[in-house]
Amino acid sequence: MLKVSNLSVVRGGISLLQDVTFEVQAGQALVLRGPNGIGKTSLLRCISGLQTPTSGEISAPESVAYAAHADGLKGQLSVLENLKFWADIYGGRGPEAALVAYDLEDLAQRPTANLSAGQKRRLGLARMLVTGCALWVMDEPTVSLDAQNVTKFCTVLQAHLQAGGGAVLTTHIDLELSAESLDLTGNIATAQISSSAFEEALE
Amino acid sequence: MIQLFTRDIGLAVRSGGGFGLALIFFLIVVVLIPFALGPDQSTLALVAPGVLWLGALLACLLSLDRIFGLDYEDGSLDLLATSPLPLESVYIAKAAAHWLTTGLPLALAAPLLGILLNLSFESGKVLCFSLLLGTPALSLIGAFGATLTLGVKRGGLLLSLLVLPLYVPTLIFGAQAVHSASLGQTFDIPLVLILAISLGAAAILPFASGVALRVNLR
Repeated sequence: MLKVSNLSVVRGGISLLQDVTFEVQAGQALVLRGPNGIGKTSLLRCISGLQTPTSGEISAPESVAYAAHADGLKGQLSVLENLKFWADIYGGRGPEAALVAYDLEDLAQRPTANLSAGQKRRLGLARMLVTGCALWVMDEPTVSLDAQNVTKFCTVLQAHLQAGGGAVLTTHIDLELSAESLDLTGNIATAQISSSAFEEALE
Repeated sequence: MIQLFTRDIGLAVRSGGGFGLALIFFLIVVVLIPFALGPDQSTLALVAPGVLWLGALLACLLSLDRIFGLDYEDGSLDLLATSPLPLESVYIAKAAAHWLTTGLPLALAAPLLGILLNLSFESGKVLCFSLLLGTPALSLIGAFGATLTLGVKRGGLLLSLLVLPLYVPTLIFGAQAVHSASLGQTFDIPLVLILAISLGAAAILPFASGVALRVNLR
């Protein structure tokens, strides 16, 4: 589904990642780890096609569902209108199932500007469901979620993987998720880790 | 693309969307002109075509940085760029929404405001028509400028400096058409030239803006 080989990334003139290689199959999730500023976000932006890598190759689906630090929600629109808009743009599924998945039915008519940070994040995550994309690329999806909703997120992600989807995400907390993780710490010109090596390690 | 277009119109009309800002600005400029120039009706009629076109142009300029700026700040633009929608279509949808919420109301209000400057009804019709043909060019060129200055903090100044020279031909032909009409001369050539600018902008700028967006989102 996603294949990244010998990827090098430069951002703002600073060399961040070198020779990163990994692969994500359908049904797999890959968790990227590493300290702040190592280049996790840049890697995700490369996968989403927003940024061009300096070298290396990425083969990813044409359109991916990307969730950045900013949720991309319009404060004047209601929760339902925000979801409907993204569902229309992607031509994906209707927003009802996504509302149920993140317990947003009661908030459906509320203007998004009035939501709390955690509720906004839940709406941002519900957006991933309406895109209908197979590959989810998520940058710290659990930020500002409470423990209960982190569990909910893991359940939704697990269901997505079981349906044949894939995901790449960064996080600083431990998720109750059966996923490989790729530690980018000390990556500069050293790390060259493939996910198959992690599968073996897990077994 | 239609969805983005309708969403942008909806956002512009709702509270905080800035719809009406251009119209009010235009009204203020036109109302203040007689105070600045004095009440002599023949002087006002003489400057009316130029003042009305200039007022509409400046009013159009006011909301340009919102076209992409708001979506850039809240992250929507990143998400749109990763969606199946091409960035060229994003540009077209946004420029069209800007025209419908800014250019079209200005064009329709202009003949009424022309009365304040002693512009005859016949010239008012030509003014309305020239603005209908010319404001699409203003929106298209302005939205292109907005893609170039994307991500520049307080980019409004830079945007104005970039866009104003590109607005000059439209302004010259627009004011010329109304001026000729008020003198009873033929005005079809400037109108055709305005239309040419609008069509040329619609043909070329989507591609240029697509590239500019891709570079600036990096």
